[in-house]
Amino acid sequence: MTKHSLPDLVPDSKIKLPRQAERTLASGLTVLAIRRTSVPLVELRLRVPFGRAPLPRATLLSQALFTGTGTMSSIDIAAELQTVGGGLSAGLDPDRLLITGNTLAGGLDRTLEILAAVLTDATYPAEEVATERDRLVDHIQVAQSQPAHLARVALLKRMYGRHPYAVQTPEPEQVKGVRPAQLRALHADRLRPDGAVLVLVGDVNPEKAIDAADKALGSWTGPSKDGNVPPTPELEPGPLLLVDRPGAVQSSLRMALPAVPRTHPDHAALQLANLLFGGYFSSRWVENIREDKGYTYGPHTSIEHFLAGSALVASAEVATEVTGPSLLETMYELGRIASLPPGEEELEQARRYALGTLRLGMSTQGGLAGLASMYASFGLRLDYLRDHSAALASATREQVAEVAARYLAPARAITVVLGDAEKVEGPLSALTALERDTE
Amino acid sequence: MARKVKIPATKYPIERFTLDNGLRVVLSPDRSAPVVGVAVVYDVGIRSEPEGRTGFAHLFEHLMFQGSENLEKLAHFRHVQGAGGTFNGSTHLDYTDYFEVLPTGGLERALFLEADRMRGPRLTEENLRNQVDVVKEEIRVNVLNRPYGGFPWLKLPPVMFSTFPNEHDGYGSFADLESATVDDAQEFFQRYYACGNAVLSVAGDFDVAHATALVERHFGDVPSRPAPPRPDFDEPDLTGEKRDRYTDRLAPLPAVASGWRVPDPIGDFAAYLPYVVLAEVLTDGDASRLVERLVQRDRTVTSLGGYIGFMGDEYLVRNPTALLLQAHLPPGGDPEKVLRTIDEELDRLATGGLPAGELARTQARMATHLLRDTDPVLGRALPMAVLEQQRGRPDLLNDLPRLVGEVTAEQIVAAAATLQPSRRATVEVVPGAGQ
Repeated sequence: MTKHSLPDLVPDSKIKLPRQAERTLASGLTVLAIRRTSVPLVELRLRVPFGRAPLPRATLLSQALFTGTGTMSSIDIAAELQTVGGGLSAGLDPDRLLITGNTLAGGLDRTLEILAAVLTDATYPAEEVATERDRLVDHIQVAQSQPAHLARVALLKRMYGRHPYAVQTPEPEQVKGVRPAQLRALHADRLRPDGAVLVLVGDVNPEKAIDAADKALGSWTGPSKDGNVPPTPELEPGPLLLVDRPGAVQSSLRMALPAVPRTHPDHAALQLANLLFGGYFSSRWVENIREDKGYTYGPHTSIEHFLAGSALVASAEVATEVTGPSLLETMYELGRIASLPPGEEELEQARRYALGTLRLGMSTQGGLAGLASMYASFGLRLDYLRDHSAALASATREQVAEVAARYLAPARAITVVLGDAEKVEGPLSALTALERDTE
Repeated sequence: MARKVKIPATKYPIERFTLDNGLRVVLSPDRSAPVVGVAVVYDVGIRSEPEGRTGFAHLFEHLMFQGSENLEKLAHFRHVQGAGGTFNGSTHLDYTDYFEVLPTGGLERALFLEADRMRGPRLTEENLRNQVDVVKEEIRVNVLNRPYGGFPWLKLPPVMFSTFPNEHDGYGSFADLESATVDDAQEFFQRYYACGNAVLSVAGDFDVAHATALVERHFGDVPSRPAPPRPDFDEPDLTGEKRDRYTDRLAPLPAVASGWRVPDPIGDFAAYLPYVVLAEVLTDGDASRLVERLVQRDRTVTSLGGYIGFMGDEYLVRNPTALLLQAHLPPGGDPEKVLRTIDEELDRLATGGLPAGELARTQARMATHLLRDTDPVLGRALPMAVLEQQRGRPDLLNDLPRLVGEVTAEQIVAAAATLQPSRRATVEVVPGAGQ
């Protein structure tokens, strides 16, 4: 016995939520302000419901939102924001348009004014839109040469069929046809405060930050068109889908499994089961195919939540010559967790990881802003962290085994492999029924 | 309307001391969130790899996670994550870092884990072969199986530099990786992973006296070994323009990157800092000079980046290093034309000057980025460790927003004037996809 042995952990104190305030403005915009004064900055997140918006237009809108207002050019907007240490950008997911930004705390009022100008008075000038359109087309073309993107596209299509979530990136040809007038119309229809949530986190007095938002964004009004996305269909397992990428030195292995939303009673237990299987480094899958076999560098699984449904997705880039064995080990690990209860210590370790990383996620302005904004878009608030912690703390081994059997069963998986079909089709078809992508 | 904002600063407290065995320690307490970040930085990186052993510093980083004096393989990961924490490591040109972020109650455990591998990792043939395989997959993911892999950080140095330490591929060739031996690893550890060659840094939720006692308890008896002599990796500046191009069989569109040598980041920080600001004046946001001209006006470029240090670690890199500009071009784009326009804009800056408002807004935005980077505990623990190691000045982290704000237009103009084509190294990506 050496004099050095593993020190005990000091138990964590209870989760402490930061000071915060919330108000829904007359326009229907909800504003959440949270105080964390660690650095003299403010983080900003604005999520606007955008479900079922036409994808090519919505994608280009997110790229061209800051290209001009009635009184400012794109360069004016960028320069004015920079002047107060600020910056804003926009992105799109299948449910929301998300505007992300930050600023020196002293620049919050000005940043909100510029945001308001863009929301109420974006003009989508023809020249600038043409530039952004060409850039987006090039960007999509580059994405289409990346294996991770191609595998994702194939997986989504296989998971969602005719549901709107099936396609999340437009084709270059579709983007080329989008006109500025269509962006203006889409903006007028959908970029509205009703149902939107603005989150401000940082070195602020929460009530005063909300007052500032109210003052700056008071003129942003109007109802939004309904954008509710129908519930996602159940995943339909079938033969492994093999997508050819001739000459690829690695295969992109993807599996989708069913999952539940954050508010579902099974959620905490499923999160733990996901961790045990592949959701963190010390999981069975990573320890097996990376640390034991050396087939891959960064295998990982995660539960993806969208408004209309959740799914568990497993991803690994594996060497072409071990594509078959990698699928074998993956099916084995899924089968094992679906068939046998986890070990006690193994479960405690995953539980402590889940609880600890919640705290890490809350420890920065950016982390808090991301969490608060994401939760809010699902109708939740930061106090969900307390409830979820309690659920994680109390999930039993039996519950975890039971959800693993239900959600992680390999028989329920959708599997897609993108790789050099000539080399991997034989080894894969020795293990499972397989079909080639016909496109 | 030019409202100039005041650039704020952080005042993170810093305690420094050195243990009897030579280990330098930096503590920066902050009780604002119940988390701690622990970083250990060793003064060895890609530039120190022996010839015939490209990629070895990075491979060795992987081996430091494979068990140590009191820990089996897999134990390190399990103990960190089982404490509710996260971990990683990374290999840079001049240093290699290892770190954990955990809830407060995991501090002592993290210190134990770092001390245990500082005493000695378990270097076995089986672990070595396993991690060579893992590293090969990492290289395939990040370089070989994707478009623009290694561009420009692995592709520009061989054009710009002419000595092995500076020009070689830091990820390594498969042949070199496969021929690495346990003896190589043992020797590398003995030489470079001396506690006299390391800095330990802790930031976040702790009491200084308590943390000091914990550091002494766990690291105090790590055997003392002095730092090895560190070679000067300097080499002469280019005497004429250097160019190269290569075909990337996965890339659909052309790209180009250029680099110019800059003053010694450590030896002459005052002369170096204007180049850091210059890179932002040129490329930060839609209102920056080169984005406005190349992306918005000429449309000869679809995306553009500018920064110092091949790994983007401008305050954590030693001489020699470079200011880099990289651009992705539209279909059929002409890199030559892009380079000519960059020269034109640099000349316009050098001869026409920089308006005060343009400089002030760039500095304000840089301050936001600098401050934001320090909000996570790791954003303090890591740079403070490296700043201690390379400069003996972890407190520089607090001063950076102010120092950036003090750079003058004249300094930027003078810096821009040195970015001449005759001092430039350029690498072009020829798109080979679908051909």
